[in-house]
Order: sequence, then structure tokens, then C-alpha cells
Amino acid sequence: MDRSAFTLPILTVAVLGTVYFSEFLTSPDKPDGKVHVKYWEKWTAFEFDAMKKVVDSFNKSQDKIQVDILSVSGIEDKTLMAISGGVPPDVVGLYGPNVTQYADNHAVIPLDDMCKAAGITRDQYIEAYWDIGVIRGKVYALPSTPATTALHYNKEMFQEVGLDPEKPPTTIQELDEAAKKLTKKEANGHILRTGFLPSEPGWWNWAWGPFFGGKLYDDNGHITINSPENVKAYEWVQHFSKDYGGTALQTFKGGLGGFSSPQNAFMSNQCGMEIQGVWMYNFINMFKPTMKWAAAPFPSAGPGLENPTVVDMDVLCIPTGAKHPKEAFEFVKYVESQKGMELLCMGQKKITPLKNVSAGFIENHPNPFIKLFIKLAYSKNAVSTPKIGCWSQYNDEINNAFNAITLMQKTPQQALDEVKDRMQPIVDRYLEHLKARGEK
Amino acid sequence: MMSGGKREAKYGFLFASPWLLGFTIFMLYPLVASIYFSFCDYSVLKSPIYIGLDNYKALWGDEVFWIALKNTLMYSVIALPAGMATAIILAMLLNAKVKGMTVYRTIFFIPSLVPQVSLAVLWMFVLDGEHGILNPLLNKVLNIFHLSGPNWMTDPNWSKPALVLMSVWGVGNAMLIYLAGLQDVPTQLIEASELDGANGWQKTRHVTLPMISPVILFNGIMGIIGTLQVFTVPYIMFPNGQPVRSTYFYTEYLYDNAFRYHKMGYASAMGWIMFVMILGLTFVSVKMSEKHVHYQGS
Repeated sequence: MDRSAFTLPILTVAVLGTVYFSEFLTSPDKPDGKVHVKYWEKWTAFEFDAMKKVVDSFNKSQDKIQVDILSVSGIEDKTLMAISGGVPPDVVGLYGPNVTQYADNHAVIPLDDMCKAAGITRDQYIEAYWDIGVIRGKVYALPSTPATTALHYNKEMFQEVGLDPEKPPTTIQELDEAAKKLTKKEANGHILRTGFLPSEPGWWNWAWGPFFGGKLYDDNGHITINSPENVKAYEWVQHFSKDYGGTALQTFKGGLGGFSSPQNAFMSNQCGMEIQGVWMYNFINMFKPTMKWAAAPFPSAGPGLENPTVVDMDVLCIPTGAKHPKEAFEFVKYVESQKGMELLCMGQKKITPLKNVSAGFIENHPNPFIKLFIKLAYSKNAVSTPKIGCWSQYNDEINNAFNAITLMQKTPQQALDEVKDRMQPIVDRYLEHLKARGEK
Repeated sequence: MMSGGKREAKYGFLFASPWLLGFTIFMLYPLVASIYFSFCDYSVLKSPIYIGLDNYKALWGDEVFWIALKNTLMYSVIALPAGMATAIILAMLLNAKVKGMTVYRTIFFIPSLVPQVSLAVLWMFVLDGEHGILNPLLNKVLNIFHLSGPNWMTDPNWSKPALVLMSVWGVGNAMLIYLAGLQDVPTQLIEASELDGANGWQKTRHVTLPMISPVILFNGIMGIIGTLQVFTVPYIMFPNGQPVRSTYFYTEYLYDNAFRYHKMGYASAMGWIMFVMILGLTFVSVKMSEKHVHYQGS
């Protein structure tokens, strides 16, 4: 008999054998009779550990559901693919500004009925946070950890230039004057340090307009980025480039270190004042615990615009196609309870989105300015990203315009007009497609 | 009874079947599907809706699409010849008969083993306008003319040259292929030209280069494909194509459309335009090179 006749059967057996053994080696643990809820979260390090504590506490609190948390990098891409592939996790931690995009595509499920049954209502939350998860009247996301922003300033630098470290600037004019005093330049224009830069850290370039009373989007589907208030805001942004000199500022900016490093502009005394969120304390504590700093409401751009702040938050959603939505919500409910939420937010050293705050939470909170950050969340000038599904693209356009403005390549009016001209047809097209799919 | 040829074909396909299956499922199907998606409004999350040529029409009027295309072509036009010339020159130098050559060859090849992400981070330190190590070196010369090194990372005029400079760092692979080609040049031809009195340049121009012309063509085509699809390094070094979209490349806009803006149909259309462009350029380079490429034995 031809020997080659054996080759194929032997190869087949070898392949099947390998598959069997690999399956055998990776076979899951014996069933424990619990429903396993898959939970994907974007956090790493201490932020992940804080949520892990909440998950462990939930798992211990009952014996029917087991939440398996997994730290996932690039969570937006992976969730997108997992949902479209029909194998999503049961709970996913997304970013607040992304919720609309997912809700518009019905990629996450509305939680209204489950919230109602669980007694979770808007009045338990600071409105600004609850509203981030509400798209076209339906709740698609509940808060996980929220944040507000404030002016952070270096008290030692204030003292050094004769500014009162207990009296931070309260108006934009005062901010400009303080910034001027804090700035140090060499005779040839080379910048050694700046008092304030609107481009540091550059995470909320969109917020300057709303801080000056502008709006980015109206409810009728109009892009309003080139409104007079917004133009005024970016004129203010550009005056820093004019004062410092475009090239000198470019060089200075290029030399600033990464945010999460001891070379951070604020911590390395290269920027005397900076807009930052409630998390900044964690990083100062990690990299420069001896720093003398304070936080104050960001200065107002005019009457009626006091206490401007960016309210931003991470959220929990249940993807469409999740295998155990009910059990997933049981976990979400636990996170949303005062106990769960305070455990999480204390662990991440942030504020809580709930109106009810236990006395211990504030007393034991390590951030010395926690009361300020909570107060700011109630500000009538708290701003958040507009709820349009194409926000990521709009934000990219604003960032690009901001870049052109700070490099003095365009006037604010010109740059913002261009954003409007580019984005309006995109928004129109987006809304048209949404309508074609039967959305209101 | 099966004939020998048929039986061989059967076994041939059988043994190739794992690859054929993988290719069909993971390459051919997505490829064909993306043609269809390019005519659809498709967010990945919802089923595609056919919209005809809308995506292509929208791309025609999309300012950022043209900016990204222009950036990519500009980068390609500079980086490709720069990379090829560097690789050929290095290969020729490393083809010399000098003691310890294997060590030199290894040294020049090592940079191309550095992962793209590490490469990007490393070069951010090198190119930093304020604290980078490149500018102080440049300044030693430039200061004589009262000039100073540019802000490679933040000046829109210098961001693309910075990327070209970096691309030269990774010529190791091309260099290796040239080196293999150079070692294949018949010594009798070189000796014959020497007997005819050819000098170094004449030998290179009339013997060596024609003999390695198929390798040059191959590297050229791979270079076209590679430079037109540049992604990782600029994506890490210059977020959002900053400064002012001067480093915003075609593949970055494609990626943003697909995964950040959830416009998979639009991104598919972009992918196909790129495919046709690369196909066209490859065809043109093969056609144009017909007279200049010499294959041994042909």
C-alpha cells in the first residue's frame, strides 16, 4: 500500500489532537451556578483598583451574580467591534461625550424602565451629570465617576512675584494680569515660564467659547461655533500667542513634558496657573507632594459667567446584545448606590455625582479642595459637550481651529467660520441619515 | 481512477486549504464586503443602508480628504527617493570588502528592528525643539549663519521634513535586499569593465545599477505602498495631525472615519480610492521601468 495514504489521516489526527488538548487546557472552571457578568472598563492603575474594590464588594454582597471586570485599552474601538460582532460585554465603561454616538446607533440600551424599577431617579443626582446620559429623553448611561475643572495655581510662584497666594484671580482681566506677572522671558524673547496658557493641558479647547457665554450647537441642528461670544473667547486665546510671540511659544510648548510625569508643565513650575480637573491632586501627590498649590473657580469672563467649569464624566452603559442585561443592571444599581458610588469615587479621589453625600466622604477625602469641586458641579455655568452623534469630528475640527489660532495662522473669526462651514453639512447629513433610520 | 495530475491538484488544494480558507474568510470576504459598504451609510453598529455614490461624492467635496491626500503624496514624493537613495548608498558601502563588515551590517540593520511605537517616542525626544538632542548639534553649524534649529514638532513647515528624516531610520530592510542584489552582480562583468578602463562611478552607473535594477524596482514599489500608507509614527507623534493638520495622513483620516466617527462606509470608499491609486502607481512604475530594468537571463 502507498505510504502516502497514511499521511493525511495522521495529519488530521494530529491537528484534531492539538485542538482538543488546547481546548482541554483552556477549558473554563466548573460552573459555579452564578450568572457571570462581563464588565469592560477603560481604567488602569489606581483608578481600576478603585472599581475592582466596588466589583469585589458587589460580588460578596450576594451569591447569584459574579461580575468579571476586565481593563480594556482602546475601549471605544473594541466595544464598537464587539457590539457589531454580536459578542459585547454586559456592562461597559464609556466616556460621557461618546454616549450620543452609541445611543444614536442603538448600540446601548435605554435604561429608563430598569431605573424606574430600581428607584433611580434624576433628583438623586447633580443634574449636570444625570443629563449627560440622557439622549432624546431616554437614559442610556449612568454616571460612574464625575469631575469638574478649576483653576489650579502655584502658590509659591504667586508669592515670588508679589501676588497674594490667598487671592486667586476672579476675572479674566485679573487672570491676564497675574499671568503677565508670572511670566519670565529672556531678553531674546525665549520663554522660561508662563503664567497661564489656554493650550495647557489642551483637553477642553472647545470649552473656552462656553466659558465666554457662547454655545457650540443649538437644538435646531445649527453649529454656532462662530457666534460673537465664541469669537471673543478665541480672541482672548490668541492674545497669549501675540504677547508671547508665536515662535517663542511654539518652542516653549514643544519643550513641555508629558501630563502624567514629573515634567508636567504645572508641577515643574513652567506654568503658574492651569485649568485642571479634580484628579490633578492625585498627580501632584504622586510626583510633587511638596508643591504648594491651590484650586479656585476659574475666573469669569463677565457678569453672569461666574464659576465656569467643565463637567465631564465616565459612564456605565449596557450594550445592545448583552447576554445578561438584567444582572448587569443589578451591578450598575449597586455602583449607583451611595455606598458603591462613594467607595468608587473616593478610590479614584473624585467627587460623587449624587446629591446625598455622607459626612465621612468629604471629611476623609484627601483632596483639600473637594468642597470646591462639588460646589462647581452645581454652577449654572457648568458646561459639557453638546449631544450630537458627530461630536468627535466636531471636536477634532475645533481642536484644529484652536491650533491654527494659537499658531496665528488664522484670525479667530476666520478659523471659526471655517469650522462652521465644514461641520454644518456634516451635521445636516448626519441628522438626515438619522431621520432615514426612523429617529426623531 | 483519478489521473495523476488531478490527484496532485486535489492534494495541492487540500494542503493549501488552511491558507485558502483563512484568505477567503479574513481577506477576500472583507475586501468584497468593503466594496459594497463603500456605497452604503454604514456605522458598523447598524445594518448598512445603500446610498449609491454618496460617499464618493462627499469625499470629492471633503476639504480634509484633500489635505490628507496632499500630505500623503508630498510625504511619499520626498520620503521614497530619500529612503531608496540612502538604502542603496548604505548597501554599496556595506558591500565593500572590509574587515569586520558583518558587524557594520548588523549595526546598520538594527534600527529597522525598533518597533514603530518606540521609534516614535524615541524621535520625539530627538526632535524636541527646546530640549531635543538634534537641534543643539544643528545649531553648532547653523549659528555660524545666525540661524537656529527649527521647531520640528510644532512648526507646520517642519513637521513633514521631521517625519521624512525619521523614515530614513528604517531603511534597514530595503538595504538588506539591495545588499543581496549587489552580491549577485557577476564579478566577471565588473572585471570586464575594469579591463575596459571604467572608473568607480562608471562601474556603478553602467554595471552595478543596471544589474540590480529589478531589486530597485521591487523596493520602489514596496516603498510606494509603504509611504502611501504611513500611519503609526505620525499617529503617535502628532495627535490629530497637528500642527494644523500638516501631518494628517490619508490612513489617519481613514482610521478616524472608521473607528472614531463610525463612518465605515465613508472609510471603505477611502480605502478603495487608495487601492486604485496604489494599483495605478504600481502599474505606471512597472510600465515606465520596462526599458530600464534588466533581468538576468532574459
